[in-house]
Amino acid sequence: MPEITNSVEPISVEVANLVKRFGDFVAVDQINLEVRKGEVFGFIGPNGAGKSTTIRMLCGLLKPTSGRAMVAGFDVSKNPEAVRQNIGYMSQKFSLYNDLTVIENLRLFAGLYSVPQNILQSRIEWALTMANLKGQENLITGTLPGGWKQRLALGCAVLHKPPVIFLDEPTSGVDPITRRQFWDLIHQMAEEGVTVFVTTHYMEEAEYCNRLALIFRGKIVALGTPTELKRDSMKGELLLVECAPLGAAVEALQSAPGVMDAAVFGNALHLVVEDAATAMPLLQKFLVDRKIAVSRMEKIRPSLEDVFVSLTTGRDTEERKP
Amino acid sequence: MFGRLKQMLIKEFIQVFRDKRTRFILIGPPIIQMMVFGYAANYEIRHVPTVVLDLDHSQESRELVSRFTSSLYFDVQRQLTDSRQLGDLIERGDATVGLEIDAGFAQKLRSGQTAPLQVIVDATNSNTALIASGYISQIAQGFAAQYQRDRINRIAPQLIEVMPQVELAPRPWYNPDLSSRWFFVPGIIGSLTLVLVITLTAFAVVREREIGTLEQMMVTPIRPAEFILGKTLPFFLIGIFDVTLIAVVGSLWFQVPFRGHVSVLALGAVLFILCMLGVGLLISTISATQQQAMVTSFFFIMPAITFSGFGFPISTMPHWMQLFSYVIPLRYFLIVIRGTYLKGVGMDILWPQMAAMAGLGVALLTVSILRFHKALD
Repeated sequence: MPEITNSVEPISVEVANLVKRFGDFVAVDQINLEVRKGEVFGFIGPNGAGKSTTIRMLCGLLKPTSGRAMVAGFDVSKNPEAVRQNIGYMSQKFSLYNDLTVIENLRLFAGLYSVPQNILQSRIEWALTMANLKGQENLITGTLPGGWKQRLALGCAVLHKPPVIFLDEPTSGVDPITRRQFWDLIHQMAEEGVTVFVTTHYMEEAEYCNRLALIFRGKIVALGTPTELKRDSMKGELLLVECAPLGAAVEALQSAPGVMDAAVFGNALHLVVEDAATAMPLLQKFLVDRKIAVSRMEKIRPSLEDVFVSLTTGRDTEERKP
Repeated sequence: MFGRLKQMLIKEFIQVFRDKRTRFILIGPPIIQMMVFGYAANYEIRHVPTVVLDLDHSQESRELVSRFTSSLYFDVQRQLTDSRQLGDLIERGDATVGLEIDAGFAQKLRSGQTAPLQVIVDATNSNTALIASGYISQIAQGFAAQYQRDRINRIAPQLIEVMPQVELAPRPWYNPDLSSRWFFVPGIIGSLTLVLVITLTAFAVVREREIGTLEQMMVTPIRPAEFILGKTLPFFLIGIFDVTLIAVVGSLWFQVPFRGHVSVLALGAVLFILCMLGVGLLISTISATQQQAMVTSFFFIMPAITFSGFGFPISTMPHWMQLFSYVIPLRYFLIVIRGTYLKGVGMDILWPQMAAMAGLGVALLTVSILRFHKALD
């Protein structure tokens, strides 16, 4: 890996105009991004948006149709073998060998990554400790609970200390506590200088990332830190409305003047409006006219989910217009 | 390179020997097939259930029937009195052959006329019927010849001197007792290796694709060639193991003679197993799930065994089907097996078969490896 001495952290993943087509279908459409060393970079988007296709290209599993991607200093199309030696990969589907024991899986992957004999034992010990599987070495992997398997998969992916790791929906199907512990591990590794590229569709997980790219229909529609996205990417402003009855209110508000979107969030409504200050008195009157009791109405800061929904539904309606 | 390959092999062997089912597959089917083909599969016919309707009750008719009774091929179970009984017994399947001697049989013989022997054969199994008819005509002709000689001897003994005779002197080479077992048991080496190596290889690769471990492997620095070698080498060794097992049991238990050189059979087995690994890999590249792999294997295995000459002679197939059999590796391997076992011939005779298998093996492996690479994208 080329050493870059710079005040800023070096770039470990660089993607320029990357395109992947399957026949007529454009799965990934001209995406550009840069991830720096030690960053936790989140890739979020609905199913089928192109997240996994992008990760698979970055790991050298798929050949890009056009464009360029550099991972850990190597071009994925020209030098996929060097890329593979320098990355760890964990897919959404648990894919270690279920009929091998914990230690056999670790030894297998250590061998495949050519971890030198003299540090092999200490790396395996380290992975066992990290995955909290000490003392469970001889269990058959298939019998482990989901969370343990996930940690073992991570352990196998990082045995060779790769500078970059790719995690494709690593926490799907894992309980919230295990998920939280898993993210602690990810941050720990990032602090040690490992670049983590992770896809997810859990919004609360997106908050744990240093930076995010939101991908929708193969295109990156927003890119920035979670704070930046919440501040800048929302079209319009967000209002929280507590009122009764909720059902009638949401139906009426869908077609109210100035309301771009209305949705139920728990026992309140979230409304997207152009400008909160002008909209509030008008909406108050609109609801009262329809015999809907409003107990609270205020401008709130959008969550990532609001941003996500507004960015994607906005595009949906735009595209449906003739 | 060797480090990664070694890891693959360790993993494959752990997986094969940890799974009870796979362990059984290595030993069980070879033994079971040996028993089935060694004992049950038999073209010979013996003790064909036979009934007799003798309406003549003459010395001649009894003499003819006794020739059937004393034959090993026929088991004369009942003497009937009514021709309706005969039809009934054949229809029920209680008798396969019915012999009907009409009244006047002896009368005709004595007056030098042609006397009919009506033979009814249940030909639902055409093979049995064909062979049985052959034996029946042999017995009837033997009876007729003897009867003629006896009469001539009595009436004009001097003529006996000038009566020509042809004596048959059959010498069945390689299998003097014409035992089906000697034909089938060595053949099992071929058919069983075919089924075992193809299915094990196809399934092992498809399973990895299906559960996602193939993808996980492909993001490690392992090269496709190392992966393929790691996947196929264990099945190659298993194939060799099973060939040895069947060969040993066949020789010791069924006493099938081995007259050739072990090295010739071994070379044939190696080339044949390479072909089967190629087929297995090829099936794995066109199947996404284990179920698809199973169906595809089945579609390959059935015709491969039928066209190989394992059970049916290739020479009786229509010409265009015979052409098809030239691309079936088992066809060549069976010639090598039977050649080394029964005939005891060597490379000077079997080299065309070896060359054909080597050619097919290279072609199959090349195509399947290229396809495997493509399937990864």
